[in-house]
Amino acid sequence: MSSIAAAADQPIERSDVGIETAGQMWSVKGQLIISLASLAFGGFIGLFQALERIDVTLPPFGPFENYYQGLTFHGVLLAFVFTFGFANSFVSWTTIRGFNRPLASTMVAQGSFWVLLVGTVLGGATMLFNEASVLYTFYSPMQAHSLFYLGAALLVVSTWLVLLNIVLTYRAWRRENPTDPIPLLGFVSITTYIMWGIASTGVAVLVVGILLPWSLGILEYTDPQLGRTLFWFSGHAIVYFWLLPAYISWYMMIPKQVGGRLYSDGLTRFVFILFLLFSIPTGLHHQFTDPGIHENMKVIHLLLTFVIFYPSLITAFSIMAALENGGRRAGGKGLFGWILALPWNNPSVVAQLLAMLVFTLGGVTGLVNASLTVNMVVHNTAFIPGHFHLTVGTAAALTFIGVTYWFVPYLTKKPLFSVKLALWQAWLWAIGVLIFSRGQMSGGLETQPRRTMLGEASYSLPGWDLANWLTAAGGVIMTVSGLLFFIVMIGTLLNKRVDTARELDALEPPMPEAPVHDHRKSWKAFDRLGIWTIIAIVLVLAAYIPVLMMYLPADFSSPGIRVW
Amino acid sequence: MVIDRYEKIFMLLGVVILVVGLIAIAVSVFHYGLHVSRPAGRIDPVQARNTAPFDEPGVYETDDGEYEAVVLAETWRFLPDEIRVPAGSEVTFRMTSADVVHGIMIEKTAVNTMIIPGQISEVTHTFEQPGEYLFVCHEYCGTGHHLMSGRVVVE
Repeated sequence: MSSIAAAADQPIERSDVGIETAGQMWSVKGQLIISLASLAFGGFIGLFQALERIDVTLPPFGPFENYYQGLTFHGVLLAFVFTFGFANSFVSWTTIRGFNRPLASTMVAQGSFWVLLVGTVLGGATMLFNEASVLYTFYSPMQAHSLFYLGAALLVVSTWLVLLNIVLTYRAWRRENPTDPIPLLGFVSITTYIMWGIASTGVAVLVVGILLPWSLGILEYTDPQLGRTLFWFSGHAIVYFWLLPAYISWYMMIPKQVGGRLYSDGLTRFVFILFLLFSIPTGLHHQFTDPGIHENMKVIHLLLTFVIFYPSLITAFSIMAALENGGRRAGGKGLFGWILALPWNNPSVVAQLLAMLVFTLGGVTGLVNASLTVNMVVHNTAFIPGHFHLTVGTAAALTFIGVTYWFVPYLTKKPLFSVKLALWQAWLWAIGVLIFSRGQMSGGLETQPRRTMLGEASYSLPGWDLANWLTAAGGVIMTVSGLLFFIVMIGTLLNKRVDTARELDALEPPMPEAPVHDHRKSWKAFDRLGIWTIIAIVLVLAAYIPVLMMYLPADFSSPGIRVW
Repeated sequence: MVIDRYEKIFMLLGVVILVVGLIAIAVSVFHYGLHVSRPAGRIDPVQARNTAPFDEPGVYETDDGEYEAVVLAETWRFLPDEIRVPAGSEVTFRMTSADVVHGIMIEKTAVNTMIIPGQISEVTHTFEQPGEYLFVCHEYCGTGHHLMSGRVVVE
């Protein structure tokens, strides 16, 4: 054996040991576990909803008394816990790596884990005991158990703790590096959380200021229209909080994983600044059909929603350029040859490439929803869940799954259990969701309402049969894909830890190289985060204060009602 | 900042796509007169059943060929759940909720609005073709949500 090979087999200290402290990585791992457990439970319940469409009611909807209880469980666990847990975990870690230092506070890092856990347990328990079948939008005056609202508030607080830690970490880094440009990985991490920090104030005011005291009897009445406005203040921006951790992977890790390079540092910063500025003043496009909101306000939010579509268009180009760069370096030739040369045997890459492809449809259908008058054809129809299973349900979820295919082996030092099963998982998810959403969307275009127990409905239209069968078939395929994912994850956890340098090198995370056009060519002002944050807040106030002025005085006249 | 030539073209195309979309929406509003819901008054939801006009839900002829449909939404029914009008009628739906958030969507039309307690919703549609038009509640309103529907019968 040569001396080099012998040296390579020696256990070694990794370079990351200094910055990835055990106390903080414990929280990173813990929140990832909460996230994936929510994906397992919340996702599995989706099967019952899909099968209900074709009149297969496996009694009694899994562990639930009725369809809507299961639907609430599905929505809350997947839209809030799965996504928040993943973002808290992954973006905490990209912050550590981005600023090349531990998070500022281990106590805050661990606090975010505990708060997320308690929030999940409170929310989960009230839903399981059928005390909160209010769906994940929890529109008042339907009234859930007060612990449900407390749980929801804690989920948001956990993200605030992560934001606090990221900001403190950035400031500590800045003190030591007063003139350096913000490292790109740190930049995308912090802008993601600042955006959500501003956005989440709406739902925080709603839950803590109104719904919690109202459910405790301190407030007798609520204002449903005001509640919806506060909810959607956060409720569209949350879409970008779901999506931006996926964008972080697409911009920062995918180029490396396909052997290519990101094209432009400056454009990446530009895109994340656009998300910081325009994610929030768009919420009214969820309320185009609300009677209490003035039409002119809706038009302003329509325009801003079109603006926020733009950074995703730029992203499509930037990511495609990085992919082509990688494909050509790998020997791909011709107009399309580079696509075949991409690493189609790497499940992490395949899952994310498919997520991107599906997202093109998700983006376009989102534009349909945002188009004021066209929206009246699809508003609250099955078209909407058809749309968001392509976005949060695939662009985000399948990307998160793709990330776990390297992140979990890296965190556990255990190689991925089965590359083959993981590849099957990715393809089945993409095929499944396309069939599922095709069903939902065609049903929606033929007046099929969303969030409705259609198998038992008192009405039906001729076009719905095919739609229901496609939705059910797609849902079953996605469930099989989900099962494969958890087989791969559990198999990975049961694998033996590796400890030689060569084996550990194979599990190293795909860390970004400098873009082709690096920070020296970027606009320096992108780094003035304080100023961008202030501009974002001013924009939000400008978009929402007139809405509020026209609406006031508030109308607290609805008592709480239990409808399940 | 360096922006690649192809990227510039792509970014410009993106702007064009969005502007064309906005023009199409403007045409639908200003040329075809499509409007989304807008404020049409408030009401005390607890007293909605006893407040005019919702104390007597039904269809009323207001002018020649013009009708007003007063609809009260409550868990889990529309009152009335059958609205009869002659073909060619312009129908203004005036609606509110007596309890939780509901919604209404009428098939083959652009009638689609939320019905929110405390608020009055108002939408107008002209029914040219005779036939039956299903309408459904499209916002989750409890365990009987899927039973909440009705019909516009155009004769």
